[in-house]
Amino acid sequence: MVNLNVNIGNLALKNPVLTASGTFGYGTEFSDFIDLSRLGGFIVKGTTLEPREGNPYPRMAETPSGMLNAVGLQNKGVDYFIEKIYPTISGIDSKVIVNVSGAKIDDYVGVCRKLAERTEIEAIEVNISCPNVKQGGMAFGTTAAGAAQVTRAVRQAFPGTVIVKLSPNVTDITEIARAAEAEGADAVSLINTLMGMAIDVERRRPCLSTVTGGLSGPAVRPVAVRMVWQTKRAVKIPVVGLGGIMNGRDALEFILAGATAVQVGTANFIDPAVTVKIIDYIEEYCQRHGVSDINDLIGALEY
Amino acid sequence: MKKIIKDFIVRERCELSKMYSLLKLSPADGTQLIDVHPGQFVQVAVSGSKNTFLRRPISICNIDTDRNELWLLVRLAGDGTAALLRSERGDVINLILPLGNGFSISSPSQSLLLIGGGVGVAPLLLLGRALKDAGCKPEFLLGARSANDLLLIDEFARIGKLHISTDDGSAGEMGLVTQNTVLQKKWDMIYCCGPAPMMKAVAVEARKIGAECEVSLENMMACGLGACLCCVEKTVKGNVCVCTEGPVFNINELTW
Repeated sequence: MVNLNVNIGNLALKNPVLTASGTFGYGTEFSDFIDLSRLGGFIVKGTTLEPREGNPYPRMAETPSGMLNAVGLQNKGVDYFIEKIYPTISGIDSKVIVNVSGAKIDDYVGVCRKLAERTEIEAIEVNISCPNVKQGGMAFGTTAAGAAQVTRAVRQAFPGTVIVKLSPNVTDITEIARAAEAEGADAVSLINTLMGMAIDVERRRPCLSTVTGGLSGPAVRPVAVRMVWQTKRAVKIPVVGLGGIMNGRDALEFILAGATAVQVGTANFIDPAVTVKIIDYIEEYCQRHGVSDINDLIGALEY
Repeated sequence: MKKIIKDFIVRERCELSKMYSLLKLSPADGTQLIDVHPGQFVQVAVSGSKNTFLRRPISICNIDTDRNELWLLVRLAGDGTAALLRSERGDVINLILPLGNGFSISSPSQSLLLIGGGVGVAPLLLLGRALKDAGCKPEFLLGARSANDLLLIDEFARIGKLHISTDDGSAGEMGLVTQNTVLQKKWDMIYCCGPAPMMKAVAVEARKIGAECEVSLENMMACGLGACLCCVEKTVKGNVCVCTEGPVFNINELTW
């Protein structure tokens, strides 16, 4: 028997495999393919104070070993989430983590206060790194001062576990991570998408309606692993790793680099059952390597 | 309808032209095909393609219950479909199905015209069969560049009366489907699948003659499951996922 339990602050996960926000809907979209209660947790779609229509179509372009998206936080708002969506998923024996986004500090605080009223919502992930919205989003995540400002405000508004999701579109991600840690973040998750762009040369037009978008998929994985490794050495709080994880081997790269938990994103689009395969692979790997506790593998890179 | 992820084996690849093949697939484990609704689609995993990694959404063209085969009409559009067009008998292809809502089934008293352009004819075969089974008398209006680009016309002719438009007049009437004289008749219901400009033009004609009209959209998709929110279409209800709320929409739901 391998122990797969890990802790992110006060949030106890039965295993380190989470789903990345915006790639797994509200979980129920995948219930025909997997038993959702197998997951360590799932991070639901970015939630804002008011409903958002998102960006115009086209919002997606396939690129070598990856994809660009420019969804722009389409969601029905926090009230709708709490009243209509949360009741349909709260019974699942897995942790629901709500991804929180906003254009202004007050927006983040407003969402957090509403979520805090539902004490059974144990954790949030604060998105300070969305490249696809005009205001807020990544703007907060690209300076240490901005990251600190949002983290401080959210920390006061939400008593549960606060994970701050970082942008890779910065010079030094460890500086941002330290700023979030200093303001009371329980963990940081990284990386959000890398800002990118693709052009339809026949039509001389950008592939996305927004011109630029966020790159995800295996193309970004080496960048993500590197940033997780750097960040783990810079902070004491847990690091949650994501970026192009397609299978169990990839997930272990992040864990060995220092991630306490991982998030699976784009891979869900190709294999909607991939998350449980990753959990099974991690367990099998531990057995094969004589590891009885997954926590012994976190940051266990030898060099 | 429960969605499944399943390996299929290529029973036959019928090359209709350099651009088009008809793939006939059966479940690799020998089980019976599940029920699907006309207009639904599958997400096809593409192996053997270096430059793509997302699945390809493809309409279900037909279900041959006698042979337990699911048909996919594939058009060469890029690297992903190029790899699918290279598949051979015995190859294994992974599908997620059935996805999307599908067309509504009209009552036998209604006059029905099914309009297809290019690879867009694909879902109209299964729809035509289902309508005929329901006691309807569907007629087809198929459009293509030239006679050589008309797809599966023998199959359609077996189900109902066929009307044809070609750009060069090499078969049927010369011109666009919207210029075909069959549209001067009164139709109760028009079903349409094809390139977006064609469907928009058909929607205009449908409104002119007072016909109900359903169209099947082909927006680019990533997941096909309503999770990624990439394939959205602007509708009277705001942006909705074509993969789950569609791909079939009544034109009154759209902002066309």
